[in-house]
Amino acid sequence: MKSGTKLKSTVCDTEVMVIRGTGLVVSCGGAPMVEERPAERGTPDPAFCSGTLIGKRYVDAIGSLEVLCVKPGKGSLSVQGVALQIKDAKPLPASD
Amino acid sequence: MNISLILQMAADTEPERIGLVCEARRWSYGALLRAARGAALTVAKSTCSHVALLDESSEAAAIALFGAAMAGIPYVPLNYRLSNTDLTALLNRIAPAYVIGDDERIRQLSPKGSHVVRSRSVFVSEAEMAGDAAISAEEPEDGIAVQLFTSGTTAAPKAALLRHGNLVSYILGTVEFGSASPEEAALVSVPPYHIAGIAALLSSIYAMRRIVLLPAFEPEEWIALAAAERVSNAFLVPTMLSRIIARIDSSTTTDLRSLRFISYGGGRMPVELIERALALLPDTGFTNAYGLTETSSTIALLGPEEHRAAQASNDPNVRARLGSVGRPLPTVQIEIRDEDGKPLPPGERGEIYVRGEQVSGEYRERSALDSQGWFPTRDAGWMDADGYLFLSGRADDVIVRGGENISPGEIEDVLLSHPVIADAAAVAVPSTEWGEAVGIAVVPRPDQPLPSEDELRALIRDRLRSSRVPERIVVLEALPYNEMGKLLRREVRKLFQN
Repeated sequence: MKSGTKLKSTVCDTEVMVIRGTGLVVSCGGAPMVEERPAERGTPDPAFCSGTLIGKRYVDAIGSLEVLCVKPGKGSLSVQGVALQIKDAKPLPASD
Repeated sequence: MNISLILQMAADTEPERIGLVCEARRWSYGALLRAARGAALTVAKSTCSHVALLDESSEAAAIALFGAAMAGIPYVPLNYRLSNTDLTALLNRIAPAYVIGDDERIRQLSPKGSHVVRSRSVFVSEAEMAGDAAISAEEPEDGIAVQLFTSGTTAAPKAALLRHGNLVSYILGTVEFGSASPEEAALVSVPPYHIAGIAALLSSIYAMRRIVLLPAFEPEEWIALAAAERVSNAFLVPTMLSRIIARIDSSTTTDLRSLRFISYGGGRMPVELIERALALLPDTGFTNAYGLTETSSTIALLGPEEHRAAQASNDPNVRARLGSVGRPLPTVQIEIRDEDGKPLPPGERGEIYVRGEQVSGEYRERSALDSQGWFPTRDAGWMDADGYLFLSGRADDVIVRGGENISPGEIEDVLLSHPVIADAAAVAVPSTEWGEAVGIAVVPRPDQPLPSEDELRALIRDRLRSSRVPERIVVLEALPYNEMGKLLRREVRKLFQN
């Protein structure tokens, strides 16, 4: 997994793009995300079903991982069972 | 990540929302995405090595930009104001190209038919027809998204390369996805071959801020369109702002109430002009953006609050910030270095170096990045103790008189403070005694008596020091500028060659 890699949920429509972080397994709806989506969709873990939002960036607690949600879905993101959080955006004035 | 994802995300989120307005036509994000996919199929089938645009701003620029990206082919918008000779040379450098726009001129310039040529309307309608059949394939990631020929104010144009990763890093670092409300609209009047024209398309689509295109800038039309489309944001180069300000000054009927933010950049903004603009548009937020083609647009900015704080301040250091380009973006690093590449402390003038993922620093022929990834901008400047960056011309424009470095800007600022001088440029002139000395070209205001050479020399001697006093002076009716308002110093230097 390297930055720019697109990962897909196996349980919902969620797709993310990796901005930062290597060697970590990102899960969606409790199931590891993959580069090629399998034909059969799995069942999401009810503990990870609060959904993903398009355009939001998600990070882990220590900031070693950052992903951008490019397609939203019903599952929510986690690493090793710990939910990822939405990264606070510091708005910049529009410059072009 | 491929830049086409920017349009894809906007279209996935609200396919029916209007994303771009050009003349009579209003394009939804969904319609733009379909056309871009169609364009990707069409240009891929042509097997051309580049997708070029020789045209004013229109929906074709956006469709070609994203279509080329999906097909993994570099997009090369060309400057239609170039002479036939210069344009022919550029077209030869990108052959075989799929060229969109002024088909008659392109055929005349390359009679051997080495390019695939489409007029704007044919390109757009072919793209729309092919779009329905298109599938969304995985697009190449690390390739070149955009190739821009630099304006070549000092030498032959260089082919600057911007990779998908550079542009995407810039957008992700500066824009929050979908952050614009449905009322917001950005008026884009810079030409499509300028980095600000590319960045405007990417930033506005990612923010989901409606783009309103003005193909050819004219202050009257700009004001009318801003009012009619209830435009909230606009980017201007300083010469454009100056012409708009002059029009607002002489009119009582301008309605620019919806205009909440103006950003400016791409050239030197006289402090006098920005102060005038701040006073005339008290409710508008101004942002000064400094960037280069090679850095995927903005690397430093002075925001609306900083403008107003500087305007209102009695502290000369805070007030001086109106003449700065603000502070570096959180995602880039900026250093000022001396001629040996050694970092300089605050307050000292040197060359501006920049590093960050959005910084390409890459040309077709070579990369200008050093081993640590720093890009020497060739712009000269200094930083104050609070991290505000001040520009002082191009590093190549420095006048070296007997080993002393003289910035043209300091001399020009003093000259412009004279009530009769409308415009001024200082350049290096050959000197047998000093190697180089100062030459100045001045433009008096119309119908004003020209100050004597002695008076001008005394002005500079009193305000600066004797080494800055010009050895030679010429008086002109106007200084030579390119169409983006950049002073052509090499043309000024030529005046002193004999």
